[in-house]
Amino acid sequence: MKAEEINFVLDTAAHFREILDRPIKKVPALRGKSVCTLFYEASTRTRTSFEIAAKTLSADTSSIAVGQSSVTKGESLKDTALTIKAMGVDIFVVRHHDSGAPHNVASWTGLPVINAGDGQHEHPTQGLLDMLTIRRHKRNLTGLKVAIVGDIKHSRVARSDMWGLTAMGAEVRLCGPKTLLPPVTQHWPAVVTTNLEEALDGADVVNVLRIQRERQDQGLFPSVREYHRQYGITPQRLKACKPDVIVMHPGPMNRGVEISPEVADAGYAVIEEQVTNGVAVRMALLYLVLGGEGAV
Amino acid sequence: MPSLESAGGPIPESRILNPDSSFPSARPTATIGYEALLSRSREAGKALQPLRGLVAIAQPSLHGGRLFRFFGGNAVSEQNRVVMDSDEMRRAIVRIAHEIIEKNKGAERIVIVGIRRRGVPMAQRLADAVRQIENVDPPVGSLDIALYRDDLTLRQPIVGPTDIKFSIDGRVVVLADDVFFTGRTTRAALDALMDLGRPSAIQMAVLVDRGHRELPIRPDYVGKNVPTARTESIEVRIQPTDDEDVVYLVKDAGAPSEV
Repeated sequence: MKAEEINFVLDTAAHFREILDRPIKKVPALRGKSVCTLFYEASTRTRTSFEIAAKTLSADTSSIAVGQSSVTKGESLKDTALTIKAMGVDIFVVRHHDSGAPHNVASWTGLPVINAGDGQHEHPTQGLLDMLTIRRHKRNLTGLKVAIVGDIKHSRVARSDMWGLTAMGAEVRLCGPKTLLPPVTQHWPAVVTTNLEEALDGADVVNVLRIQRERQDQGLFPSVREYHRQYGITPQRLKACKPDVIVMHPGPMNRGVEISPEVADAGYAVIEEQVTNGVAVRMALLYLVLGGEGAV
Repeated sequence: MPSLESAGGPIPESRILNPDSSFPSARPTATIGYEALLSRSREAGKALQPLRGLVAIAQPSLHGGRLFRFFGGNAVSEQNRVVMDSDEMRRAIVRIAHEIIEKNKGAERIVIVGIRRRGVPMAQRLADAVRQIENVDPPVGSLDIALYRDDLTLRQPIVGPTDIKFSIDGRVVVLADDVFFTGRTTRAALDALMDLGRPSAIQMAVLVDRGHRELPIRPDYVGKNVPTARTESIEVRIQPTDDEDVVYLVKDAGAPSEV
């Protein structure tokens, strides 16, 4: 996405944010539209966020819990998507373990699809809400120093953040242990390092990624305590950043592993605000994609 | 990978909001989509191609006069007649302020809310006039009605900020807008206000009423009645949104503007 597009979406999201503060959190913009969330991977935040966003806009939602659907009988993604389309759904929100799956759903059904996370590829709505959160605190994204710390290799959040932030002119530093960094990153527009001090030095924003315990079983790091000692974000380590640094986390947090509880509960941690901004961003996207005739 | 033809017929542009990335098979469909989204939503009209402007004209809109801008460029310069100059505007606003105070027996309970773009400076001017007459400072807010429009399936207006930092419960809300046309904008504003609270009354003040009401809604305070044909439009310029204070009647805005 280009900077202009990102700005447009973020501006729209900022206006939608105000609706969440009203006594009646409903506007009739998408009345009569039907949104289907199709999540092949577990999610609290993203799925609920999309549902609430759709409902606030007066759209109707249906949620496919894949574990209780015919997918367990072996139904393919394509058939699942076409079946739901045949019920009159207007837009899909898809999270899938395969990269590119949302794109396939769109080409099979001809309906708009919002990617809620595909494999290790991207999580664009998270990227957008991260940028909105940063913008609310830092005004301008250009020239900001953003450090993203954690399991970069498996993180679609890191990728979406990186592409979005660099498009907006920010300087992105990706940091993690060597085993959790992707092997090939030369073509990425970010600084990739295993040195935490270097990544945090003078940073305006620190985004802490979740450490997945499964990676420990795969032998990618020795123990959570070891990870915390080397890469955990603590108040001590944050001293290397700018004094007005903000700390973000896409959630869910492993307190004491990648982020210490003091940091998570501190005033400069904007983690809860991220969640609220997430609803606003998803409202903006649903409105922009569904509103208007034939739209795109 | 299954064949795309099996979906039946030409595949429309897929609208995945997936930023461009190094993923090998990701086509930049999102980028194309967003350019189209941006162009359609840009009210300035400069980015729109003529064809899209024609389509926009033929379709209903809350504000028929506004559609003229989609026709590309600075339409106001052609064949327009001044129906109110800045002095007349000023006097009308002062007179409306007097009427508001008279009808409401004072200015204590009123708040003034301007509707989206040009209603906002209107609201501010009215509030200033009320303050000079009664020495009371009515709260001023702004309301964006994009999400309450009745033609959202046909166009996609840019969503702007709604800024009402005070409670409207139990107060008299005076809505302010520049032009009153079909009444649909007012209908949307009424719905929006009802979602924000429970005012004791809602009144409507406009600078120009151009006729062609389509709903049983009418303004309470009117600066000037200017009967217009469907093909004409009223263009209001008001500071600080614009550089000048003037109201134009623009003839022959193209195809008849139905709303």
